[in-house]
Amino acid sequence: MKYVDEYRDGALARAVASAIRAEADPARTYRFMEFCGGHTHAIARYGLEDLLPANVRMIHGPGCPVCVLPVSRVDAAIRLASQPGVTLATYGDLMRVPGSKGMSLQKAKAVGADIRMVYSTLDALRIAEQEPGREVVFFAIGFETTTPPTAVALRMAETKRLGNFSVFCNHVMTPAAMRAILTTPDGVPLDGFVGPAHVSTVIGTAPYAFCAAEFGRPVVIAGFEPLDVMQAVLMLVRQVNAGRCAVENQYARAVTPEGNRKAQALVAELFELRDAFEWRGLGVLPNSALKLRPSFARFDAEARFGVETLTAADNPACDCGAILRGMKRPPDCRLFGRTCTPENPIGACMVSSEGACAAHWTYGRFREPVRAVPIEGVLP
Amino acid sequence: MCLAVPAEVTELLADDMARVSLDGVTKTISVALLDEVAVGDYVILHVGHALARIDAEEARRTLALLAEVGR
Repeated sequence: MKYVDEYRDGALARAVASAIRAEADPARTYRFMEFCGGHTHAIARYGLEDLLPANVRMIHGPGCPVCVLPVSRVDAAIRLASQPGVTLATYGDLMRVPGSKGMSLQKAKAVGADIRMVYSTLDALRIAEQEPGREVVFFAIGFETTTPPTAVALRMAETKRLGNFSVFCNHVMTPAAMRAILTTPDGVPLDGFVGPAHVSTVIGTAPYAFCAAEFGRPVVIAGFEPLDVMQAVLMLVRQVNAGRCAVENQYARAVTPEGNRKAQALVAELFELRDAFEWRGLGVLPNSALKLRPSFARFDAEARFGVETLTAADNPACDCGAILRGMKRPPDCRLFGRTCTPENPIGACMVSSEGACAAHWTYGRFREPVRAVPIEGVLP
Repeated sequence: MCLAVPAEVTELLADDMARVSLDGVTKTISVALLDEVAVGDYVILHVGHALARIDAEEARRTLALLAEVGR
């Protein structure tokens, strides 16, 4: 497949790995966080960690919107979907995300809520057009990549004067999460970031400048194919070795410095910053998420249905929070591979295929030594 | 969630829509987020929307840089 296969050449990946080995200083350790779940998935799927020398380590970051959505927002979506006359349209990734009391959208659907999986915001819009008797709420989540498609649907709903379409907005922003990672007390030590691929097609390279300027951490934006990731790691090693600290763009075939201005303008027209938003694993972060502007309040499901976000606790045995901050690895969690598997996920990092736990379960677990002693009393 | 794939635009349709081919699989998508999309362009397709155009020259340059590392 064009623009895919060329970036999966194994021989070339091994050659880039040799260059990394030759250039990495054996006297020091390089700790790079891949922010995006897409990178986490690529690193696990292609065994990239095995290609890197022992002193170059990848740390999984919080860049998966399914993983960082807190239990309280899942609960709110389930309550919304349970209201009479409401149809909740959602991306498939969200169906099995655990809410509180073992509930999920999938289980709510099984007991009668009208919840439908859609591939695109435009599919949700189509349901609203075809079923004018129902209130169709689109459960919108995602980083800057997924926000413009929500904006397109809202703009179309406005043009078509659709009175039965609204959005439960959970769009979050990448730079705010990177700042949280860099300012967390006792945070994981980092030498640089592999920056988001598709988020950056929208926002460009400039929003990461603070990582270099304020925190002295280099950022290399990289595509999601294995060679992209390997090249980005080499670029980071070179920056660290040279004592440089800049935002560089490995994914120049799709990312420009200014990003997609048309998408940015549309998002700015329809959305504004929330003062604060709760993230799973990172807590409440200021100015880290979006809500609809007051001029679009009629499309805002939160206002329209009086959605309350009630505090809800994660499963106390689940280490998703620490894993999202890079403090722990999936096998460090007591639930991993015991009660928590992709078939029966307890935490969000196992639900999303881009989550660190799902990636490790699917591709990486056979590299780990087997743990001999089971832990008693840990229930799902 | 933020995964996306390169797709080739094969036909432009009304209302900012287009038909694309993903290695032979055809799909109708929105191109409302891009200006001046042309047949033959490769776009990054994410949840039914084209987010960016792939720059063929930059793609070639990235591969050339990789090949140079590999020498």
